Amino acid sequence: MKNRLAAQVHGWLLLLPAVVLLAAFTHYPAVATLWNSFYSTAKPNRPSAFSGLDNYREMANDPVFWQSLTNNLWFALGTIPVSIALALLMAAWVNGKLRGRTFLRLAYFVPTVLPMIAVANIWLFFFTPQYGLLEQLTGLIGVPNQYWLGSRETALGCLIVVTIWKEAGFFMIFYLAAFQSISPALYEAAALEGAGRWTVFRRITFPLLMPTTLFVLVNAVINSFRLVDHIVVMTKGGPDNTTSLLLYYIYEVAFKFWDAGYASALTMVLLVLLGGAAILQFGFLERRIHYR
Amino acid sequence: MSRAYELRGAPLALETLGAWLLALVWALPLAYAIWTAFHPAEFSARFVLTAPLTLANFVNAWEAAPFARYFLNTVMLVTLILAAQLILCTLAAYAFARYEFPGRDLAFALVLVQLMVMPDVLIVENYRTMSRLGILDSTLAIGLPYMASAFGIFLLRQTFKTIPRELDEAARVEGASALQVLWKVYVPLARPVYVAFGLVSVSYHWNNFLWPIIVTNTVNSRPVTVGLQVFSSTDQGIDWSIICAATLMTSAPLLVGFLLFQRQFVQSFMRAGIR
Repeated sequence: MKNRLAAQVHGWLLLLPAVVLLAAFTHYPAVATLWNSFYSTAKPNRPSAFSGLDNYREMANDPVFWQSLTNNLWFALGTIPVSIALALLMAAWVNGKLRGRTFLRLAYFVPTVLPMIAVANIWLFFFTPQYGLLEQLTGLIGVPNQYWLGSRETALGCLIVVTIWKEAGFFMIFYLAAFQSISPALYEAAALEGAGRWTVFRRITFPLLMPTTLFVLVNAVINSFRLVDHIVVMTKGGPDNTTSLLLYYIYEVAFKFWDAGYASALTMVLLVLLGGAAILQFGFLERRIHYR
Repeated sequence: MSRAYELRGAPLALETLGAWLLALVWALPLAYAIWTAFHPAEFSARFVLTAPLTLANFVNAWEAAPFARYFLNTVMLVTLILAAQLILCTLAAYAFARYEFPGRDLAFALVLVQLMVMPDVLIVENYRTMSRLGILDSTLAIGLPYMASAFGIFLLRQTFKTIPRELDEAARVEGASALQVLWKVYVPLARPVYVAFGLVSVSYHWNNFLWPIIVTNTVNSRPVTVGLQVFSSTDQGIDWSIICAATLMTSAPLLVGFLLFQRQFVQSFMRAGIR
């Protein structure tokens, strides 16, 4: 009996340092965000006060919030399917018997290890009007000069391209691991049955990759709401907020306009979206995809 | 894949071509930056094979901003976070894997919350906390929210669970204490996982930007990513050669590390992603 009690105390003691830090920097701030979203921001002449749903009302009437949210959804829609499809293709190529696989893997994966802030600088140069490489290439085929990052139509597209370029190689790694865990016997059996290449992909490879796809999908969704470094470098949310994503807008509201109360309400939206992704992963999809 | 589905002839050639084209497109931005950084400014967007090579851009960048200090800050930051993570995550993972105590499963669920609600998102409240603690603009403030890593705890717990209990019990029969068992049995057996977690953690925090730019405001604590942003947005106007040189400089340690330990890196990222 005494031993069991000692073991329980030991267990908690081992856990304690990590739990204290997690509580202080994950759970407390999440709850405090909710709490403070009901309070107005302190001003020099007027302290913070309970303001009910005022921050949320302000949010509902704030066109920049709605635009950031819409931008974020387009950004997610633009980056996620393409980077996952490219990751799958890259993994298939690197896993196969193509010439120069080592170089291929290197080229695909290198963007992953570079700081986003650094590659954003490179891409900024790439997109520079008149001078950048993209302009030189499009100039060759006679397309007139274009201010890629400065025009409302193309700016978000540029950021999507950069993000796909940065992420696809990272996701490739997980598919590569998954490919290597599929038993060759399955393919031999399929060959005996005379199944075609496409049937094999659709009936064997793709279903067996589903857990990986789910994992990558959840990561991609989180990243599309978490990653805003390139916006700080490349567009600062402009032109006319066409590239402002939710987290970037929170950053601006909190640390440029110093409106912490409103920023808390905005953060709640982000937390709800991330919570939704969590429920999607653990509650719904995980139950439908199990092959182990 | 089985031999029956290996490509041959024209389809193989076509796929090889596609794979190489994609790889070249992927390598293009970096190659472009390398070209610009190693050539004088007048060749920054002109590709002449006879263009003279130079290191002047690197020298100018290095002298124009306190990069040495930025590097020192980043190295200290990355070391601090990794050291804290290794200790905290090892202890917590051991508790989750091998101890029975009330509230364990609830505690584990609460730990996993951090996988979704990362410190990167809780910038407003964490800034307030750092300000209350009076540690704004310090390496500690950048590192604190990341020190207890749910990801690390999860990864190590999974690994510790695969270690046979018999090894554990044998060590205890010989009189080893719980912490000795952890140190002598569990940690050595989990070495590949530690390497994997270490590489992922170092590259994540070397590259991290948003939180550091929020909590730092002087040279004393800025990591290289923030230093690079301050440098390229204010000091330089549009001297792309120097900005490219600075950009390569800040990424160089990771890039070189990656080229040297490519296989290790890829396997680490792979291991870190699979549970």
